[in-house]
Amino acid sequence: MIEVEDLTKYYGGKRAIHDLCFRIEKGEIVGFLGLNGAGKTTTLRILGCLILPSSGVVRIDGMDLADSAHEIRKRLGFLPDTPPLYDEMSVQDYLRFVAELKGVSSKNLRRYVGDALATCNLNEVAADNISTLSHGYRQRVGLAQSIVHKPSLLILDEPTSGLDPVQIVEMRELIKRLGGEHTVLLSSHILTEISQTSDRLLVIDRGKLVADGTEESISQQAHGSAQGGVLELEVEGDGDSSAEQARQAIGRVPGVIVARVVSKQARRARLEVECSDDRRSQVARAVVESGLGLLLLQRKALELESIFQRLVHPSHPQPPST
Amino acid sequence: MKPIALIIRRELAAYLRSPLGWVVAAVLLLIDGLAFNVFAVGSDTARKSSEVISQFFFFSGGLAEAAGLFLAMRLIAEERQTGTINLLFSSPVRDYQIVLGKFFAALLFLIGIHILSIYMPLMVLLHGKVAKGHLVAGYLGVVLMGSTGLAIGMFASSLTRSQLVAIVVGAAISVALLLSWLLAPVTDRPFDQFFSWLALWNKHFPSFMRGSISLQDVAYYLSMTYVFLFATTRVLESRRWSS
Ligand SMILES: Nc1ncnc2c1ncn2[C@@H]1O[C@H](COP(=O)(O)OP(=O)(O)OP(=O)(O)O)[C@@H](O)[C@H]1O
Ligand SMILES: [Mg+2]
Repeated sequence: MIEVEDLTKYYGGKRAIHDLCFRIEKGEIVGFLGLNGAGKTTTLRILGCLILPSSGVVRIDGMDLADSAHEIRKRLGFLPDTPPLYDEMSVQDYLRFVAELKGVSSKNLRRYVGDALATCNLNEVAADNISTLSHGYRQRVGLAQSIVHKPSLLILDEPTSGLDPVQIVEMRELIKRLGGEHTVLLSSHILTEISQTSDRLLVIDRGKLVADGTEESISQQAHGSAQGGVLELEVEGDGDSSAEQARQAIGRVPGVIVARVVSKQARRARLEVECSDDRRSQVARAVVESGLGLLLLQRKALELESIFQRLVHPSHPQPPST
Repeated sequence: MKPIALIIRRELAAYLRSPLGWVVAAVLLLIDGLAFNVFAVGSDTARKSSEVISQFFFFSGGLAEAAGLFLAMRLIAEERQTGTINLLFSSPVRDYQIVLGKFFAALLFLIGIHILSIYMPLMVLLHGKVAKGHLVAGYLGVVLMGSTGLAIGMFASSLTRSQLVAIVVGAAISVALLLSWLLAPVTDRPFDQFFSWLALWNKHFPSFMRGSISLQDVAYYLSMTYVFLFATTRVLESRRWSS
């Protein structure tokens, strides 16, 4: 559905994105994740036919963006980082205008506008002037204008920014419902935010793609190995030395890189084990055979935020973004 | 064609719902009425009706040009300022359709204002003799001046996000065109004619004022309108892809 090859964009002499390559299939919900100024908006604006890349190829439904932008715009819904609202219009007039502009036939017009109002829970404010709406409602009207013509490709730049927690949950549900029918691209700099709605994440750091995959596969990528990872376990023994005993027993299991004691109590100890692939059963046997009790053994889920931080190296200063 | 009609409808509604449209209409009608009373009707010496009408079109033409600038200043600058231009740019709408839609909406509004001014020449008609052709020619001239003002204003509006800058640039272009005949005496052969031809007012408007329609003058205003609308389209085209 969307193929992107070596996408690069310079603003003047400044490189905003650099050699991005990715593919997005029909019906996928893909989240672009990156810190401020990473290049999310730039990428989405290129895909939304708003700016031309400096180099690289974008194909949407097999059509080259540089040649067929007009055609692509017909099947595109776009919510920029500030919703493009005409303040003096009422919500329904505005949605009608957008639908007609996108080429919805007069036969379908009422139904499509009605659907968009219902989907975004805007029925109560349908007759209100846009200038009187609160920020969250404006954001919802922005979303409604992007889906009113039932586009096959939906691009949402920070759709949840500035919403209250209840609205964030609503927006999240809404985006999930839209997937399948529409291909949805959205961006955020908050990982937990975006990982819940997206089937797949593309992590961008200073204009480069640093990770591409599901939340799980990205966390594995961050660990540097496909199957391995860190195990967490809790053992029970009689003496003071039980922790050390467990550590040595586990250390002898083939495939275990390092085992260390994290905390010690009177009869219990917590350990962390790094291994090259999945060795849970061997580790369990080693603990039991050394005469200790095994209370807990599980893969340690690395916190998402720390994965993100590992990927994007926030130690480098970021330029302020507009 | 459909997008043009859509944009005309939206922009017209925007003029009717925004203070700008009403302020421009009120100020134009007010000044027009004042000028009519003071200069055209209000002098002591008895004058011919046709002279009064000429006077009326004299300042109506200038006012239409100025009103065109004020009506046009928001057309593109505001959309860029608020980001609504992103909606147009991500929709299947061509640049010329955006430009034409906005231009015709403003022109219709301007014509609407001038329809409200028609009571002034009608008053003269009641008390004296005025050829209908004179009114037609005069109003045609006024509309052509207005359309040129709109096109200049819209071009200025496409250059910037600030409506204030747009109106200043638009006024500067207008004044430069208005005074371009001053260059004629000091330039050499082909250029002197060009500069005197270029003059926005003094060469082309007086015939309308006096009640005659000369195709050359109509062509002049139409080509000025065309040139500035074309330039606007080109600016939009180049801005569209760049930021
Ligand atoms: N119009 C522009 N002119 C010049 N530089 C720009 C322009 N737009 C973006 N940039 C630069 O390009 C880089 C990427 O910006 P972009 O807006 O794509 O980031 P982002 O990931 O959307 O950030 P944020 O999370 O703050 O929205 C930034 O360094 C920014 O300063
Ligand atoms: Mg952004």
